[in-house]
Formats: sequence, structure tokens, C-alpha cells
Amino acid sequence: MSKVELTVNGRAVSAEVEDRTLLSQFLRETLNMTGTHVGCDTSQCGACVVHVDGKAVKSCTMLAAQASGSEVTTIEGLAAGGALHPVQAAFKEHHGLQCGFCTPGMIMSAVDMINRYGGKLDEKTVRAELEGNICRCTGYHNIVKSILAAAEEMSGAAKVAAE
Amino acid sequence: MYETTYHRAGSVEEAVKLMGEADGGKFVAGGQTLIPTMKQRLAAPDSLIDLRHIADLKGISVDGANVRIGAGTTHYDVANSADLKAVCPGLCSLASHIGDPQVRHMGTIGGSISNNDPAADYPSAMLALGATIHTSKRDIAADDFFTGMFETALDEDEIVTAVSFTAPDACAYSKFPNPASRYAMAGVFVAKGGNGVRVGVTGAGNDGVYRWSDAEAALSSDFSAGALDGLSVDAGDMMEDLHGTADYRANLVKVMAKRAVASAG
Repeated sequence: MSKVELTVNGRAVSAEVEDRTLLSQFLRETLNMTGTHVGCDTSQCGACVVHVDGKAVKSCTMLAAQASGSEVTTIEGLAAGGALHPVQAAFKEHHGLQCGFCTPGMIMSAVDMINRYGGKLDEKTVRAELEGNICRCTGYHNIVKSILAAAEEMSGAAKVAAE
Repeated sequence: MYETTYHRAGSVEEAVKLMGEADGGKFVAGGQTLIPTMKQRLAAPDSLIDLRHIADLKGISVDGANVRIGAGTTHYDVANSADLKAVCPGLCSLASHIGDPQVRHMGTIGGSISNNDPAADYPSAMLALGATIHTSKRDIAADDFFTGMFETALDEDEIVTAVSFTAPDACAYSKFPNPASRYAMAGVFVAKGGNGVRVGVTGAGNDGVYRWSDAEAALSSDFSAGALDGLSVDAGDMMEDLHGTADYRANLVKVMAKRAVASAG
């Protein structure tokens, strides 16, 4: 057994779990935070993407013990005080989801890519950056549109804040 | 996944010691191959010794043309190193096309070359750059390091700590990714420098990564894509699987080599 200590969405958590527990399992089954989805469980679909110490990773491909000591952000940690995160709002506005199963991972990957590229995202980059996220409903068109809209809004907001 | 015992090493010495105490242990770096393999029960180490938190294994140093990359450096950090891009952009480009962004945030150069998957990208670059592989025990020339599919010169308790090489005058990598997995069905790294011209081929050979000596000879006298026109790759040396026949791969190797030379300039 391993003692896993994490900060999840700003809250310190700790639990004693089997060493083979995946981070995705830890979040869903130990912490009962089921916003993080498990789609393929073979590291391909990206529904389980969370941020570990600020970087997007597939939580089904990391042991909880490997992550111990880290700060983890999940889809549940994005909305602030009841207001949707700009990426969540953009997915709603631009119909970036149908069944919604891949959406937590799509949004976590989108936030990570916007953080890394700032306002310099274009369609080609977004599509390349979505390599690790699979959606079976939308054909990606509206997902890409949502991410580009959110990136523009977030960089606009950053500019206003800087001025 | 079968049960396993997780150990976090704070130093290379501690990791080696933990491996000595384990009965059938495995080192895990980024875990982007090992964890999925364990989930499929294709690997079942009784102990996992985590190298990811060893600070000494991380980082890139570029001093003139001398490059050293810590084994624990992630693909993402290799892809985005401005210092490395200035002297060896081909390696940054290679790293930027491994797996997907999430895999690149975790996967490491040391893990990739230690696993020596026959379709992994990095081994071809190590061969073409004439890199030296530094380990917890010794320094090994890349030519002696990769010994076959998933086989290396490493002992069970030996850890890759860094790779080093002299930046070439020109280099580039070109791969034809499998449309589903994005692993290389043929990937060719071409480097031209003080060691002459060296060509590393991954994804295609039936004994893992190899150097294409005919191409090296042709490119040494004429470093242009056209210099490869008259060459052919023996399909008898190629892998064959559901993704492609040996003939198909033999053709891909030549096409990828020409593209790599053209983009190395």
C-alpha cells in the first residue's frame, strides 16, 4: 500500500491505496470525483486528461503513487465561484460536445494548450495538439471552433488586464 | 494490472540499490510505455522504481556544439529547448512528433532509448548523431547500445543517465507515422557533420533500429536527395505486419530518407 498525498483543485487530500492504483482510479473511486472520465483505458482517447503540476497528462497512464506530492487540477476545478471557465463557456456556446463523454479531457487539453500557446493558436495547431484526444460524435469541427474562440477571449482578457 | 510495489528513488545510487533489493523490478521513467504494458498484463514487475523525481537526470546543456541531455528530460522539454533548437533543430522536431502532447509531458529520452521499441523515434537519432549513452556504470557508443528489438546493452540494474553528442552541421528527421498509433512505420534521421554522414532508420528494420550504410556512402559524396535515387532497400531486412508489407516499408525507408535529406538542406 502507498500513502498518496495530493493537492486536488486546491484541496489537500491523502489516502492509503494499493500501489497499482491509477491516478484516474484514485480520482474517481477514492475521491469520488467522477468528472475525469475513463474512455479507452489504453492511453489513447484522452478522456482522462488532468493537469499534474500544471501539465496535461493522461491520468489512466500514471499511478497515483507516481503523482504523490503533486498539484492536480481536474475538470471540477476549472469553474470559479459558479461561473464557467472560458473554455467551458466556449464549448457550450459553440456546441463543442454532443454526448459529452470526451469533454472533460478535451477541455483540460484545451486549457493546457491555450496556456502554452497564449493567443497564438490557429486551427492547424489546435488540430495537431488534439492528437491525444478522441471524440466519436462531433467530427472535431466545433471542438476546434470552441478552443479558438476561448483562446481569443482569454488572450483578449489578458490584454485588457495588462492595460 | 497485477500487484506491484512502488518505490520512489531520490538519486541514481538509491535507484540502483532498490533494484538490487527487488525480485524482478523495473525502472519507470515517464511510464508512457511501461504503465500501459502493465495494464495489459504484458509486464508484471514485482517492484517499480520511479526515476522521475531524480533532479540530476533532468536538463539540457549546450556548450558550443557539445550537447548533453539528461535521461529524465521529457519529450516536451527537448522539443521546446531554444538552446537545442539553435544547434540541432532536427532533434527538437523529432521530439515534437512523439505520441501526443500528454505523452510528451511525461515520456523521457532515457526511457525511450532504454526500451528501444523498434518503432520508437529517438534511437534513430542517437545512431545518426553518433551519440554517447551515459549510464550509471559506463559510457556506451550508440552503435553498441542498440542490440536488437527491445534489446540494449544495458544490464538489469543499469540506468541511462544522459546522452551526449556533437551537434551536426545539418540534420533532419522524417517519419511516416502509422495513421492510428502514430508510431513510425519508417522514420529516418540524417545527420551531416564531423562524423561524415550518418543515417539512422527506425520502425522498418526486422531487427530494430539500424544504420543505412549505402545511403551514408552515397550522401557522403553528394548530400542531396537525388543521391539516393539509385539505391534500393532490401525488403528481406524489413518488418512485415498488418500495418505494412516488407516491400512497402522498404520503399518508405527510401522516401523518408530523401525527405529528411531535403529538409536538412
